Parts: sequence; structure tokens; C-alpha cells
Amino acid sequence: MDVIFVFEQLLNGVGYGLMLFLLAAGLTLVFGIMDTLNLAHGSLYMVGAYLAARVHEASGSFLLAIVVAVAGTKILALLVEVLVMRRLYRRDHLSQVLATIGLIMIADDAVRAIWGPSPIMAPTPAWLSGPVTLLGSLPYPSYRLMLIVAGLLVALGLYLLVNHTRLGMIVRAGASNRRMAELMGVRVNRVFSFVFILGAGLAALAGALMGPISAVQIGMGDAILIPALVVIVIGGIGSVRGAFVAALLVGLIDTAGRAFLPPLLHVMLPPALAADLGSGLASIAMYILMATVLALKPSGLFPARG
Amino acid sequence: MFQLKKTTLCMALSLGILSASQAAEPIKVGVALDISGPFAAIGVETRDGIELAIEKLGGKLGGIDAEFLQTDFAGNPQQANQLANRFIQKDKIDFFTGPVASNAALAVGPALFAAKVPFLSSNPGPSQFAGKQCNPYFFGVYQNDTYDEAAGVLANEAGYKNAVIIAPNYPAGKDHLGGFKRTYKGEIKEEIYTKVGQIDYAAEIARIRSEKPDAVYLFLPGAMGINFVKQFVGAGLKDIPLVAPGFSADQDVIAAVGDAVENMQNTAHWAHDLDNAANKEFVQAFRDKYKRYPTVYAAQSYDVVMAMDAAVRDVKGNVQDREALVAALKNANFNSVRGEFKYGANNYPIQNYYVRKIGKNANGELTNILVKTILPNHQDAYVAECKM
Amino acid sequence: MQNNNHAMMPAVPLPFKSRQESGWFLFAPWLVLGVLAAFPLVAPLLGLDYYVGFVQRLMIYSIAVSSLNFLIGYGGMVALGHAGFLGIGAYTLVALLDSGQDSVWLAWGLAMGVSALFALLIGSISIRTRGMYFIMITLAFAQMLYYLAVSFSRFGGEDGYGIYTPLSLGSWLDNVPHALYWIVLLIAALVFAMGSRVACSRFGLALQGIRDNEVRMGAMGYPVYAIRLLAFVVAGAFAGLAGAMLAVNNNFVSPSMMSFGESAGLLVMVILGGMGHRWGPALGVVVWLTLAEVLKLYTDYWHWPMGLILLLSVFLLPAGLAGGSRRRVIK
Repeated sequence: MDVIFVFEQLLNGVGYGLMLFLLAAGLTLVFGIMDTLNLAHGSLYMVGAYLAARVHEASGSFLLAIVVAVAGTKILALLVEVLVMRRLYRRDHLSQVLATIGLIMIADDAVRAIWGPSPIMAPTPAWLSGPVTLLGSLPYPSYRLMLIVAGLLVALGLYLLVNHTRLGMIVRAGASNRRMAELMGVRVNRVFSFVFILGAGLAALAGALMGPISAVQIGMGDAILIPALVVIVIGGIGSVRGAFVAALLVGLIDTAGRAFLPPLLHVMLPPALAADLGSGLASIAMYILMATVLALKPSGLFPARG
Repeated sequence: MFQLKKTTLCMALSLGILSASQAAEPIKVGVALDISGPFAAIGVETRDGIELAIEKLGGKLGGIDAEFLQTDFAGNPQQANQLANRFIQKDKIDFFTGPVASNAALAVGPALFAAKVPFLSSNPGPSQFAGKQCNPYFFGVYQNDTYDEAAGVLANEAGYKNAVIIAPNYPAGKDHLGGFKRTYKGEIKEEIYTKVGQIDYAAEIARIRSEKPDAVYLFLPGAMGINFVKQFVGAGLKDIPLVAPGFSADQDVIAAVGDAVENMQNTAHWAHDLDNAANKEFVQAFRDKYKRYPTVYAAQSYDVVMAMDAAVRDVKGNVQDREALVAALKNANFNSVRGEFKYGANNYPIQNYYVRKIGKNANGELTNILVKTILPNHQDAYVAECKM
Repeated sequence: MQNNNHAMMPAVPLPFKSRQESGWFLFAPWLVLGVLAAFPLVAPLLGLDYYVGFVQRLMIYSIAVSSLNFLIGYGGMVALGHAGFLGIGAYTLVALLDSGQDSVWLAWGLAMGVSALFALLIGSISIRTRGMYFIMITLAFAQMLYYLAVSFSRFGGEDGYGIYTPLSLGSWLDNVPHALYWIVLLIAALVFAMGSRVACSRFGLALQGIRDNEVRMGAMGYPVYAIRLLAFVVAGAFAGLAGAMLAVNNNFVSPSMMSFGESAGLLVMVILGGMGHRWGPALGVVVWLTLAEVLKLYTDYWHWPMGLILLLSVFLLPAGLAGGSRRRVIK
């Protein structure tokens, strides 16, 4: 185990974490600003992945695929917002849970009807399918490097949007005191729609980017939803900054757990037990992280609301 | 969008050629399918194979009208259990088949065996049913570990002196790697266990890269395998040969992964270019109907229906005599697409295992190409534990 | 600082003794009990033999959903990992069976005890949190239990554990046909009765008070933490019992019974049925599980109708099936 190996795992953790961030950012914004728990967020991720995969396959252009995927999902999100989500903002969280679970079930069948039950092909663009040599001797998948760059750019963009634009200020005002913002002339409904659609766009982008390195299939959103929920809880609900830090933490801990724990345990314990314990611990590493953080800071790392 | 359940009730009068006795009562086959859930893609293959067989036999088994009750159990063993009970108590089925995964097979076992309903597996081959819990009412198509044992021999013959092996951390994963280790003579550099349902394999791939093995053997069914292979190739490790059991390398995976999976060697007890009459007919009919190559799952489920057909014919329609039915099933008096085989003492087949390699065939399509027979007339390792 | 729980919960009115409680409403539970008790005897005449087992399964699930209903509706604690207790109960039974004991009574009793113990451990950590954080912590524990069950090969791991020699109800009862059904009915009826009574009991009232205003209850001298923990332990114990009953019903146990999907399903049944209402669990279980059973027979696309029903329920029946269109208080 050498420096190169550790560095490679570090990059892996950061990459995975940034993808989680894309998903968690939308989720935490919607929960933080509209106080709405949208479990169907994973379905938006899935739709983004499917659209991107199909468009890329049909057109051969990865960039076009991403654009279409994000735009298409946003349109779908607008529809869902107007028909369903809008009526949920004032409701209690359990009603939101029930309604969004209903949406997940409808989305699953819709995807099955349109694209079939089998996982579909999400091609890797040719210019990103080979490795790039880092630090002189480490071949690292260029696609993953692109993911890291994209994730960082999006994080930067979100930060600028929320903190340095008028729109972001309006969003934050609507979140911290809706009544007052309304009285001051802010069209809170429009703001809410905007936030929801922004979140959907982020989820779709995550789906489109993750497609080539994962399986594009029904239920892919549910698998990644739980880590996303863990991230927003660790980060503090409503805080994009919190989601960023938490996502990186979860990504690193999860990757480190899988990379270093089993070999470490192999040294100390008999192989069968080491294997069992190693991967078992790695699976629950992020939950242990969450429990630890919540024990020390019960409202998460950067709670957005006081 | 509503697809009616295919209850193939042919109301045609039987021509009296074969149905000597009562035979007015249709034969009922309970088929628990993975239409949704983690194995939905494979469930489609299973269903397509069954449908093709039903079509070929004209909706009859042994000349008697047959009703195939096809129902989704969403890949959930609890639901499989409930569905089996429903089939047994309400529909009074005569045969059962359908599930893809071993956990579902184990879930329905107790109820089916107690009710003396023959369970013809269309895929799962759990070691439990081959050994300690063997039962005359279960008929396997292969035992789970045999693919891995064949792969171990393949690795030996290909001269891979060392290997890294990888599987998810659950009993099936351990069993499959155990099967590989049973026959492989080289050095296992590392045995990696991943999380069930894991999406991102960068950490494991980095470990493999640092080990620099001669080959990697993987058991990662379904989406896990798709993810892994995509990421493995993307990491630039394409020159380390990948060896896998057939399920990680069949048409469904090829369709989802594409060129990245080219040159993967895999083992199975069937290949679509196997040279026997029954197989040629099956593959041609399948391609005509569905416009794609069948996977091993479709081949197995097709065989299962053919086996039922032969057994019903042998007992002259008297399926209520379960002992006779089971004896007839054991005779396997039909032309399997696998070619010749016979059942061992534990009702698991003794058959050939082949090596296939993913490559481009004459039409330029990416598919499995038969390379050679690696384990002729191979029997599973658990038969000694069976007290049948 | 406002009680975070408020945002999670709709305000559920205390059970009221109104005209609704007289006559039909008082009579209904006995009627239902009578019909259910007679069902196994009547079913063969109607050709509905299979449905005896189906109804038995529904009753077992109603016990599990009741325990969660108690926790959420009266306690205001939304646990998203409740299926974990089902698993604990079921695997306790498996462990007992594996070691040679085949008495149903011993297994069920032990299952309740072990689940209560786990609930005590999990609860003592989780109850320190509120709202969304409580949900996630309970989910985390359930996931840990799930992964533990999957990797533990002694009891089959992911493959599950098949029960080939049925457990014994005791030498006398084993020979009575449908004995298991009537025992399940008895237990389900007892749980229903307890659920009806608890709302007005001292403990129940205190619990609801804590749900509504924790600070005030604490100021009045109630041991808030202890009451909450007790509620969690009781709920966990009964869920464990339901899990062990399921094991006997199915003759099969696997980790999938404590997956996230199962926990979500329990939650759906609680909310759909109507939280905090004594008929909620029964209605939720009957509607949801019957739909799941029946729809699958007619179409491959059975997810979307059930999803649609959830949406309709949220918008048209805000207080669940039992509550009707009685509007929930806006948070």
C-alpha cells in the first residue's frame, strides 16, 4: 500500500462524494426551503440517466445527451411540481412521504413501459474512455476526473447562485421567513417552483453523468437515495454547504472503508472472519459516521435553520 | 398498457391421440416470474423462453391442455413464498417453475415439497438442494458452483498463475468463490468481498490494480457486474483478462455494457451456438420471434417446459400420481437444448460445461462464442451430502 | 424553541366519545371478530380455502402495523426502520429452532423479549434525536441489521432460512385444524383491544401529551425520555412478535423482510389506514396487501395503480382511510 494507492483512493472518494453532492444538493434545498421531503428525487435521477443514455446512443453526442436529459427532466419536474408537489408544501411530512412514494411507484412503471425492464446501455464517450496518467505513474480513468471537475464546477455555481445573486437572496428570504418575504412582494410560489426544478436539474445531471459508469435500470434511484438522505442529515438539512462537506465525508469514508478496512483486518484476523467483518463494516461505515456526527451535533454539521 | 396474464386455455377438443384417460382437467403450471425487482431483466428472458415453448407445444403438455399461471413476485423471497402458497392451495398446480434467484427457490421449497409439487428450476441451483436439503421434488438445471468450478479449470488451462477473485459479501458470493477455489490451482492473490448492490467499485479496482494479477475472476450478478465491468475497463485495466461465470456475461450484460465486455471468457452449461438439433431449432425460433439471441435463462426455461411435456406424456396424463410423475421427470426423456445429460442422485444434472468468449460473430454482433468443452460430464460437489 | 415534532406530525385528535362511539361503532369490533372467527369454517363451503391463509397473513401484518401506528400516531415518533424488529423476531425464532427447540410459544415469547431488548438499545440512542434525525437514525439501525443478516451465513444469509419441520403449538393444539389461525386471531384481537384502550390510558395520554408539547410535559414533571423509550420498546416488542408469527406462517425467513422497502411498506400502511385511529392498521393492511395480491394477477404494471392510490389518499383522504376526509391541521 503506497502513496499512489492512497492518492487514487482519495480521488475515488472525492469523485463518489461529488456525485452524491449533486443528488443531495437538490434534496436538501427542497427540504430546507420548502420543508418538503421529496423521496421521488431518486426517480428524477433515474429519468435523467435514461434520457441521457438514450440520446447519447441515438445521437453520438455526450454533451447533447446531458443537455437533453437535464432539460427533459426539468420539464417533467415542472409538471410534477404543478400537479403534485405544490399541494404538498403545506402538508405534514408524512403526507409528503406517502405522496412521493406514490410518485416513485408511478415513475417505475412509466420507465418500464417506455424503455423496458432490462438495464440499458449508457455509452461512455470515446474521448473519455481511456485513462489519464497522474503523478507520473497512476493511470486514472479520465471519465472519473471529468466527474470530479464537473462536480466542483456545479458546487461553485450553486455557491455563487445562492450567496451572490439576487435570485439566491430571494430564495434564502423565502426560506427563512415565507410570510415576510411574501409581504415584501416576493412571489414565493415562483421561488418554490424554481428551487424544485433546480433540484431536479441537479439530480438529472447526476444521473446523466453516472450513467456510463453504473447500471441504468429501474430502481437505480432508490439505491442512491439512502446515501443521499444520510448526506443531508449529516450536513444539516437545508444547507448546501453542509451537503457538500457531508457528501465528501461520506464518499471518502465509504471508499476508505472498502479500500483499507479489509486489508487491515486481514493482517489482524483470520481470513474468513476478516472478509465477513471487513465488508460488513464497510457497508455500515456511513451509518456509523452519521450516528457519530448526530451524537456530537444533533442537527447536523451546518444546520440551516436556527 | 395492461398486459393480460397469459392463461393459455386452449378450448380445442383434444384429438384423443395421447390423452387416454380423464384428461379433461387442464394441467396447471405455476410460474413465479421476476417481472419487477432486481432480476427483472432476466425474468424477461425466463418468460420469453416459456412463451416460445408454449407456442411450440400449442399450449399443451403431453398432448393435454395446459394452463400457465404467470405472476410477478418482484424478486422478493417473501412474496415468492406467498405466491407459491397461493398456487398450491388455490390453483392446485401440478408443476412449479420461474424464479431466477436462489433465495426465492429456497423460500418456496418447503411449501412445494410438502405439497408434492415438482419444482423444475429454470435457473437457481442452490447447494442446499443439492446436498443436505435434497428432495425428490426438486430438479435443478445446474448447481450454482459448477460454473465457477469450470472457470477454475479454465483459468488453470489458460495458464493464469495467480488471480484476484471478487464477489458480493453474502452466502451465494462465498459459495461461488468457493467453487472457483475448489478447482483453481493457482495463487489467489486477494479475495475481495463487496457490498451487495454496490454501485461504485473504484476502491476495489484500485486494489486489483496494485496487485497486478494474471486474471480477475468475478461473481457479480446483475447490475453489480455491469457496473464493475464498465468501471474496470474505464480504469484502463482492459489487459487483465476477466473470467466470469456465464451469468455475468450473457446477452443482457452485453446489451448494457457494450464493447467494454469484449473478450471476457465465461463458463456455462450451454451456449447458443451449441451444435445439436434441439438447440438449433430453439435458437432459430427464438431469433425469429424476439429478434435477438437467447440467453442461458431463456434456454433453461424452454427446456423446463419441454421436460414437463415429456413427463406428462410418459405418465399418460396422470399427473396426480406424483411418484410416477417424479420418476418420469427423472428420466428426462426429452431432447434438451443442452444436448445429452442425465440426473444425478440429487436430481441435479451431470452434464458438460463449456467455455465461451464474448466477441463479434459473423454478422458483426457482439455475443458469446463457444470455445470448447472444459468439463465433460461434470457432477456437482454436493451430491455426497444428499441422503436421497 | 419549537418542538420539531410538530412539523412531522399532523395533529391527530384525541379519541372522542361522541355519538360515533355508540351503537354501530361499539358493535363493529365484535362483528368483525365473529366473522373472522367463523371464516375458516365457512370458507371451504365457498371454495375460499386458500384465503384462510391470506387472512391469517393480513392479521399478522395488522399486529406489526398496529405497533408502528402506536409509535407514530400516539408517540409522534416516526420510525423508518421498524421492519428491523420484524427481522429480529423472526431470526430469534430461527435461532431457537436451529438449536432444537420447536415450541411456538417459547419462540414467540422469546422473540418479543429479544426484540424488546434491541428496541431498548436502539431506542436509548435514537430517542435523543427528533424529527428527521430520528427517522434517519432508526433507518440506519435497520440497515445495519439487514446487512448483518445478509452476511451471517449461519442462518442462510441472503438465501434465507427454510423451515422444513413446522413448529409445535403444543401436543393438544397441533391436532386442532386451523388452530394457528384462531391463535393469530386471538392475538390480533388483543392487540386491537390494547390499541383502543391505550389512547385513554394514563400512559397513552402522557405519551400524546409529550408528542404535542414535550417542553410542557417535562416541566410538569413527566419523565419524558423514559415514557418515549417505553413506547419504543413496546412497539418494538410487538413488531418482533409479528415477525416471529410471520416466520411460522411462511415457514421461511430471509433478510428481505427487514429491508428498507418493507419498512417503507409498513409506514405506508400506517398512514394510508389512518394514523392514531384504532381501525387504521386493519384498514391499511387490508387495502394495501389485497391490492398487491390481486393486481399482480391481472397485469405486469401493478405499481402505478398502487402509487396512484397513495396520491389519491393523500389528497382526498388526508386522515387516512379510517379518518376519512377529516382535514389534518396545517403545520
